[in-house]
Amino acid sequence: MSQQFRICPDTGLKLYQPAETMIKVHAVAAVVCLLVGGIYGLLVGLTRWPAVHLLPADWFYLALTGHGLNVLIFWCIFFEIALLYFASSVLLGCRLAVPRFAWVGFALMVIGVLMNNYIVMSGEASVMMTSYAPMEAHPLFYLSLILFAVGALVGCFVFFGTLVIAKEEKTYEGSVPLVTFGAITAAIIAVFTIISGAIILIPTLLWSLGFLAEIDALMYRLIWWAFGHSSQQINVAAHITVWYAIASIVFGAKPMSEKVSRMAFFMYILFLQLASVHHLLVDPGVSSEFKMFNTSYAMYLAVMASMVHGLTVPGSIESAQRAKGFNSGLFEWLRRAPWGNPTFSGMFISLVGFGFLGGISGVTMGVEQINILVHNTLYVPGHFHATVVIGTTLAFMALTYWLVPVIFRRELIWKRLASWQPYLFGLGMAGVSVFLMGAGTLGVPRRHWDITFSTTGGIVHEFPAAANTLLALSGLSVLLAVLGGAIFCLIIVGSLLFGRKLGVDEKSSTFIIASPPSDADYEGIGKGGIAVPGTLVMAIVFFVAFAVYYFINWKYLAQTWGIS
Amino acid sequence: MTSLSPPKDRIWWNEPIERSELIWITIVFLWGLVMTFMMPFWHVVGNQNLSTETYRTTPERFMQKTQAFVDEYTVRNEGPRQYPVVKPPPGGDVYMVARLWDFWPIIELTKGETYRFHLSSLDWQHGFSLQPANINIQVLPKYEHVVSFTPNKSGEYSVICNEYCGIGHHLMIGKIIVVE
Amino acid sequence: MDENQDSVPLMQRILDNPFILLFLGVSFPAVLYLIWGIMEIASIPLAN
Repeated sequence: MSQQFRICPDTGLKLYQPAETMIKVHAVAAVVCLLVGGIYGLLVGLTRWPAVHLLPADWFYLALTGHGLNVLIFWCIFFEIALLYFASSVLLGCRLAVPRFAWVGFALMVIGVLMNNYIVMSGEASVMMTSYAPMEAHPLFYLSLILFAVGALVGCFVFFGTLVIAKEEKTYEGSVPLVTFGAITAAIIAVFTIISGAIILIPTLLWSLGFLAEIDALMYRLIWWAFGHSSQQINVAAHITVWYAIASIVFGAKPMSEKVSRMAFFMYILFLQLASVHHLLVDPGVSSEFKMFNTSYAMYLAVMASMVHGLTVPGSIESAQRAKGFNSGLFEWLRRAPWGNPTFSGMFISLVGFGFLGGISGVTMGVEQINILVHNTLYVPGHFHATVVIGTTLAFMALTYWLVPVIFRRELIWKRLASWQPYLFGLGMAGVSVFLMGAGTLGVPRRHWDITFSTTGGIVHEFPAAANTLLALSGLSVLLAVLGGAIFCLIIVGSLLFGRKLGVDEKSSTFIIASPPSDADYEGIGKGGIAVPGTLVMAIVFFVAFAVYYFINWKYLAQTWGIS
Repeated sequence: MTSLSPPKDRIWWNEPIERSELIWITIVFLWGLVMTFMMPFWHVVGNQNLSTETYRTTPERFMQKTQAFVDEYTVRNEGPRQYPVVKPPPGGDVYMVARLWDFWPIIELTKGETYRFHLSSLDWQHGFSLQPANINIQVLPKYEHVVSFTPNKSGEYSVICNEYCGIGHHLMIGKIIVVE
Repeated sequence: MDENQDSVPLMQRILDNPFILLFLGVSFPAVLYLIWGIMEIASIPLAN
C-alpha cells in the first residue's frame, strides 16, 4: 500500500495516487465545462449588447441554457468533487475510500454532461437551466441532470467514506483541519441539494415520458430551488473553504479562531439552504411567514456567518503578515502581499467581489418586499455573476494555478500572463455584474432576447436610454471577462500538455507554500489591543456600504405603487 | 498549524476569541436583528407588501372569469390587434391572463384607487413585470393570485413578461393605462 | 485519544462528527423549507 503514497517535495503533504488521479480528472473535466460554458457566455453577452445583437432568438435561448448549465452547475460541481477529494485524502494523508466508486461517480457525471450538452445543442431543450414545468424539455435533458447529480452524490459518499478511513486509521490527531471542515460543509449542502434534485427531477422525467399526467408549477418551483439554489450554496461553502486554504498556502496563516470559523460553517450547515426561497418571494401560494423566515436564513444567521468569514479570512492573512514583520500602519500587511501571485490575487479579488458586489446585492434583494423590484430582472444575473463568477469561479481558478505544480506535477507556463489573469477576469466580471444590476434596476428583464420589442407587432415598451448604455457596457465587460477566462483555460491546458514535468522529488521553481510563523512571532502584533486593525477597518467600511445600500432600496421601494 | 492541518490543541473550543472578531460578531449579529425586524415592520407600516392570497383554478375557469370581466367593463378597443381596453370600477376586481405570448386584456385604472388584480397563466409560467413602476410578480398556471394595486402616478405602463416562456418570450407584452 | 473524549466540550464533539452534521444539515432545510412549503401549497383553497 505504501508505494501508492508519495510525499510532496514542496508541501510535505502525503498524497495517495488514486486520489490524485481523481482530483486530476475532475479538475480537467471542470475546466472543459468552463470553456464550453464560457463560449456560450460570450455568445449570450454579444447578443445582449444592443448594437451587436449577435444571435437569432432561438439560438440565444439555446446558448443561455447551455451557458447556465455548463458553468453554474457542471464546472462548479466537478471542481468541488476534486476539492472534496483534496480536503479528505490529501489533507488527512489517507487513502481514498473505494476509488472504484469514485470512478463510477465520475463516469456518471461525464455521461450526464455529454448527454446534456448534446440535447441542449440539438435545440430540443432550450428551457433554461431552471426548466420550469409545465414547459417541457426532451426527456434526455432531465435524465442527464439526474445522472450528473447521482454521480456527484457518489463523490460525496466517497468523501464521507474517506473521512471514516482517516479516523479509523488515525492518520490525523484531534479534529480535522479547518479546510476539511469547510469541505464537509460543502458536501453536506451537496447531499441536500442532490436529494432535492432527485425528488423533483425524477417525477419530471416521468412526466416528460408520459407516465405522469402533470407537474404542479408551484411545487416544481419550491423543490427545484432546493436543488438549484442550494447548488450555489455548495459553491459558497466551497469557495470560502478555498479562501482559507489559500490564506494558509500563501501566508502560512492559521485560523484566527477555530471555534469562530467552524461555528460560521455550522451556521451554513443549518441555515444556508433555506435561501432557496429567494426565488419564491413574489410567488403566489406560500405565506409571508414562510417567505420571511426562510429568506432571512432564520434571522440572518447564515449572512452573519458569511460576514464572519469575510473578517476571519483576511484577518488570518493580516495576523500572519504582521507576525512576519509587516506590522506597521493599518495596511502594510496588505500592500506587501504578493499581488503578482495569481493564487493570492485571484483569492483576494474573489473575497472583495463576493462580499461587496455579490453579498450586499444578494441580501438586499432577498428582502421579501424589495424582491418585488428586482425579481427576474437582469439584477438577478448581475448579482450571481458576482457570487458565482467572481466569488466561486475566480477562487477555483486561483487554486488551480497552485494545483498544477502540486498535483499535476507540471510547471505553470506563461507565468507573467497568469499573474495578470485574475485582474482581467475580475475586472471584466465586476463590470458584467454592476452593469447588469444597473439595467435590472431600470426594469430590464433577464433571459430576454429583444428588449426593444421590435417584433411584437403591437404594444412596445421603451426602456430608459440608460438601459442601452448599461447593456453595451456590460457587453464590453463580457469581452474582458471572456478574455480573462480564455487565458486561464489556455494557461492551464497548455501547462498540462507542455509545462515542464517535475521529477518525483523535485521542488517547483515557483513559490508553493509559506512556512507558518511561530507562536512567538504572533506576540504583540496589531494596534491598541486589536490584532487585525486593518481588516476590522475594511469590515466596517463594508458594513457601512451594506447598510446604506440596504436602506436606499427600502426608500426606492416606497416610491412605487401601493401593493397589498 | 494552519487551516490545512488539524488544530494544534485537542480542545480548541475553549480558546479565547480575539477582540476584533468579538467586535465584528456583535456588529453583524445586531445587524441581522435589524434586518430581521425590517420585513415584519414593513408589513405593518409599509405600502408595498405583496399579498399571498391564492386559489387553485384551471385555465378554463380563469379564462371564463376574465371573459366575463372583459364583457362587462370594456370601454374601447385599441392597437393593431384591437385589444379590449377594460375599465373596472374603482375598488373592483381586475382579471388579467398571461398566455403564450401576451397579457390580456388592456386595463385602464384611475390613479389613487385600489384594485384587486387576479393573475393567472393559461399555459406555462410567466412573469408579470410592470414597467416603469418595476413591480415583478411570478404568474403560474392553475393558481389564481389576488394582488391589490394602488397606482400613484398616471401614464401608460407596460406589462412585460420576465419569465422565460419559450421562443416567443420576447413578444409577450401587455398594457395598463392609469388616468387621473 | 478516545479515553479523554469525555473532556471534549459537547459542541466541539458535535462539530467533530460529520455524520451528526450531515443529519442536521439535511433535516433542518428539509423541515423548515421543503416540508413547511409543501404543506402550504397543499392547503391552498379552490377558487370559486
